[in-house]
Order: sequence, then structure tokens, then C-alpha cells
Amino acid sequence: MAIELNSERGGGAALALGYKFLTRPGITERTVREISAAKGEPDWMLERRLKSFRIFQGKPIPTWGPDLSGLDLSAITYFASLKGGEHRDWKDVPAEIKLQFEKLGVPEAERKFLSGSGAMVESQWVYKSVRKELEDAGVIFMSTDDAVQQHPEIVKEYFMTKCVPPTDNKFAALHGAVWSGGAFVFIPEGVKVETPIQLYFLMNYRGYGQFEHTLLIAEPHSQVSYLEACSAPRYAESSLHSAVVEIFVKKRARVKYTSIQNWSDSVYNLNTKRSVVDECGFMEWVGGSLGAKVSMLYPCSILRGRGARADHIVISIAKDGTVKDGGAKVIHAAPGTTSNVVAKSICLGSGRAGYRGLLRVNKGCANCRASVRCDALLLDSRARSATFPVMEINENKVAIVHEATVGRISEDRLFYLMSRGLGENEAKALIVRGFVEPLLNALPLEYAVEFSRYIEMEIEGPGAVG
Amino acid sequence: MSKLLVKGLHVSIEGKEILKGVDLSVRSGEVHAIMGPNGGGKSTLASALMGHPKYAITSGDVTLDGKSILALDASKRARAGIFLAFQYPQEVQGVSLESFLRMAYNAVHAKQISPLEFRPILEGKMALLGVDGAFAGRYLNDGFSGGEKKRAEILQMAVLEPKIAILDETDSGLDVTALQKVGEGICRIASETGAGCVIITHYERILRYVKPGFTHVMLGGRIVKSGGFELVSQIEKRGYDWLKQAQAPEERTSG
Repeated sequence: MAIELNSERGGGAALALGYKFLTRPGITERTVREISAAKGEPDWMLERRLKSFRIFQGKPIPTWGPDLSGLDLSAITYFASLKGGEHRDWKDVPAEIKLQFEKLGVPEAERKFLSGSGAMVESQWVYKSVRKELEDAGVIFMSTDDAVQQHPEIVKEYFMTKCVPPTDNKFAALHGAVWSGGAFVFIPEGVKVETPIQLYFLMNYRGYGQFEHTLLIAEPHSQVSYLEACSAPRYAESSLHSAVVEIFVKKRARVKYTSIQNWSDSVYNLNTKRSVVDECGFMEWVGGSLGAKVSMLYPCSILRGRGARADHIVISIAKDGTVKDGGAKVIHAAPGTTSNVVAKSICLGSGRAGYRGLLRVNKGCANCRASVRCDALLLDSRARSATFPVMEINENKVAIVHEATVGRISEDRLFYLMSRGLGENEAKALIVRGFVEPLLNALPLEYAVEFSRYIEMEIEGPGAVG
Repeated sequence: MSKLLVKGLHVSIEGKEILKGVDLSVRSGEVHAIMGPNGGGKSTLASALMGHPKYAITSGDVTLDGKSILALDASKRARAGIFLAFQYPQEVQGVSLESFLRMAYNAVHAKQISPLEFRPILEGKMALLGVDGAFAGRYLNDGFSGGEKKRAEILQMAVLEPKIAILDETDSGLDVTALQKVGEGICRIASETGAGCVIITHYERILRYVKPGFTHVMLGGRIVKSGGFELVSQIEKRGYDWLKQAQAPEERTSG
């Protein structure tokens, strides 16, 4: 049975948002049916949800990575819809939600500059805008829920079928059963979207689970940059974020997917993100992983067309008491494909960062080039870092480079910088900023500035390391 | 007019005494050369004066314009006007020499000038040293050749305009052309800013460009001989052995 809320103030929420409908904590088949019914979904989507739920029940919690024993799936609320629905004008968005997004560093001017932008709170979108000329050109940017209703043929074809099937892992299966929201982005053939499209996520409800599904299809010769940013208030109870991102980069298309997550340290962030890249397509993954208690994320590129390319840049900051397990998977499934992976992690306090990567070159895929570089910077003697790179190279005519380093800030380096007048924390922050520079370069300016400020706060701020 | 005064300085590293009572006085505009063979304590003196945390001052004092600087960390000594050109400058990736110099400039001059305001200051200093403009855009010492690193150190000195500059083996690893450029650069900055310079070196060749008015020889953790520029040519001819007589007897027996 679902909990109906009459009060304006949601039970365990930081913001006083009005909730229309919440499922009871925990997950049963009934929960799945309730979510589907609340959305008025067609039968085929309900069938997919139920199939995913059965797969979820049959799979154990993965134990090969970070400790997930603190995550109680029966205590999570899997669906929450707000009163008011989705707004087309930012003015109509409730003030408290607006304030929260302003805090995320989403100034109005920037929203105007974007090709499209959306905001999602809990399970649903609260705001959406798309430039008219892009809509006229056939660009689609809407919540995946709306896409199920409005573009069922496309969603049926691509949704958890060819890219991330529910059988992929326990949390992908859970996602398939309870997913809600996320973006459906469709770029028609030959359309180049010049400025980014962005979607912001906020988890507000205590002990909540957010399961947005992003489906991005870039038709041949098209181009788009899509950005997701996440945030949540901190609670004693654990929250769960388990997204699935599926990206299709068609022939000679180019997609840049950027995600900046700054979840609070009560959030388990367990995502599955993957792209399939056709002939001469180019997929760029840019990730900044700042928050969360435990984060597991290994974006994957399947280079299945000749000449396809994937670049992965990810920077993780493992704060005191948190675990960042991340990496990249690249499957070279066609000849002449190229991949570059740069993964950097910074550990503060007792933070732990792990790099888990897979690089596979299939037999017969000659003339592939791959480079993997992972660096860790430990800012405290209690910090730990580990690297687990797996390489399966089944072809001889390939060029593979792999480099990994783990470093601390040496006394001599600090002395050098301090001898030029920099204070100790200023010197440390400078080294860290230099370390994350590849990411800062790849981010839109506003985010690069935010990211820099964040590092300064973490390292130079009161109670910081050192 | 500034004055750095080193009085009876004893310095230990990890419990081992390296400097055994060093006295030195350097005023604005003066150029001092400290020469001596390896292991004599020259670089220890440089690091200790700048405030490296690994070097423990066991007795003695160092004052700048009458105030002891021993309680200050390296950044505060820099702000007080002390500069050290490193023998082995550190590499920092992802930070351009220009942005680093601006941060250092702001820190030392207690200012907050923008990149736009800093550009002409930097360009002036680079012109003074004959440094190529593209140099400043490169990451701090990252992938620099030996000569480039040393020139970057001198550029930092030019930008920070210290009262007292200590140059630790700035000539080592340089070919003749680079040596001349670095030597002339030091002269120009010293004469322009009036900084007092302490040039630490094994060899007399850099001193041909930067003519010191004072020459000191360091052996066994002490300054065993001081003189004028003529001491440089004496050392060139005779080496250091004849000066070992000047060491205390116990130093000679222990080697």
C-alpha cells in the first residue's frame, strides 16, 4: 500500500516539498506495479519492470568491490512524486526547489545559455526548457517517462535492450524494476547542438532511492554535449542512487557526456553507464565524482564500428570515511578503434579510492590504440588507493599504453612552493588543482570554477587536512 | 637597506650535525659567493636559511633587519623577503609557470592582482632576462631542461624581488651559453632590485659573470676562509686542500 501524504510537508525531507504519492519503504512486486500504475504506463513497460524485478531477486549483492553491507534495500523509499508536476517556466518552480538548484551553482544566466535544461527532484521532473529552434530541428529532450508515452517505438527499441540489459548486474536489474525520470535525448541525423543540454538531480526525501534512466541517441553525423549534476542533503539513513545511462553514438556522431555528482555522504551511488559507438563515432565521458558514501561507477564504451573512438576522463575525490570505486571499461570490437582513459583520484582523511578498469581488444580488431593512465594522490597517511586494471588483448597489431602512479605530497614539494610565499594549505590546494587539471579543462567554465572552489574548500577550509 | 645576519648557526638533520657554527652577514647590493667541495654544508645552509622543516636549528640565530626569522615557516620567510633558487626545482603538473608566479607574487607582495594586471609585470621581467614568452605558459618545471629550470628560478627571483636571494648551485648542469644567460640575468636583477645575493657554487665559472665582492669557503660545516674576489682565483689555482689546514683539528682527524 502506498502512503498518501496530505500535509504540505513531506515526512522525512529536508525541504518542505509537497508530496503527492510515495511508495512504502522496501520493494515487492506490488511496489513495482504501483510505480507503473502511478505513471499510467503501457503494459509493455510494466512487463519489462516485472521481468527486471525477477532478475533483481535472483541476483546477490555484489561482493567483489566496496562493502555494501550498510545499504538496507528494505528501508529505501523507491518512488516519490511531488505535487505540481513539471513546469515550463522557471518562475513557476517552487521557491525552495529553486533555491536548492541555485546552491548547486546553476545561475539563471547559464540556464539561458544552454540548449536545453531540466531539473529533477526525487522521481520526477519539476522543470524543463528546450530552445525552440532545436525542437524545430527535431531534437527531443524530455523525461524518459514522457518518452515512454510519446515515443514508445524508440523507447521500446532502445530501453535496456541493446546496451545495458537488466541481467547486467543486481543494481541495473533493480533500476529496470523501479526506474523513474531521467532524460530521453534524441538528436536527429546531421543536427549539431552547439551548447550543452543539462539535467540537474536533487534527492531530498530521507532514505530515498533515485533511479533515473538516461537514454541518449545521437543519429549519424549529429553532435551533442549533455551534462548531469547531482546533489542531496545529508541524512543519518542511507539513500540510494542507481542510475542507468545508455548512449548510442551512431556513425560519425559525437557525444560528450559529463556528470558531476556531489551527493552527500549518506548516499550509495551505484550506477551503470554504457555507450555503443558506431563507425567513426566519438564518445567522450567526463566525470567528476565528489560526494557519496560509497560510489561504484565504471562507464563503458563499446567501440563496435571501425574507426570509433572513446575518451574517458574521471576525477574522484574520496573524502574522509568514503569509498570511491571507479574506472572505465573499453571494448575494442572493431579494427582501427581508439580509446584514451585518464582516471585520477584524490583521497582525503581515511578516504579510499579504487581504480577498476577493463580494456579488451577482440580478436581480429587490428590497428587499435588504447591508453590508460590512472593516478592517485593521497593527502593523508590514512588514505588508501588501489588499482585493478584488467587487460584482455586478443590481437597482436595494437598499441597499448598503461601507466599508474600513486603519490603523496612530498615535504620537498611543499617546501618549494612555500618558499615562494604560498601558505601550506594554499600549496597543497595548488598541487591538487594541478592534479585535476585535465578534468577542469574538459568541463564547461562554470563547472570548472565550481570544482576549483570545491577543492579549495576541502583542502584549505577549516578542519581540512594538514 | 636590508641585512641578513647569521650568527653561530648550528644545524642538524635527523640528529646529525651538519653546520657547526656559521657566521655570515649579507647586506643589500652585496654579492657573496660561498664555495667549497661537496659535503661541506653549503646546500644545508641554503635550505636552513629558507626554513626547510627537515633541518633543525640547534643553536645560533638568523636575523633579517634585526628580527629573528627562525620561528617563521618557509612561506613567511618568503614574505619577509628571503628567496632561494633551488638546486633541484620541483615539478608541478597542471599549473602554469605564469599562474604560479602570479600566486607567488600576490602572496609575497600581499596583493591580489588579476592575471590581466600581472601580464605586463611578467613580460617586463621576461624581457629583462631574455626569456621566451611561451615559457610562462608551460607547467611549472614540468619537462623543463636543466637550463630551463634554472632560468625559471631566476625568473621567479625577478618577479618576487627579494631582499636577500640565495642561489644554490644555480650554475650546475648548465652549458656555457646557458651559464652566461643565467649569470647575466642574476646580475641584472641584483642591480635592478638591489637584492643581496648569496651564490653557492663549486666552480668559479659563474662568478666571472656575477662578480662577488665577498668570497667564503665552506668546509666541514664552517666558513673557514673569507676574502674578496681574489680568493676565487686562488681557489681556481690551488683547489681546497690548502684551506683544510684552517679546519679545527678534530674535524681533520674524523675526515
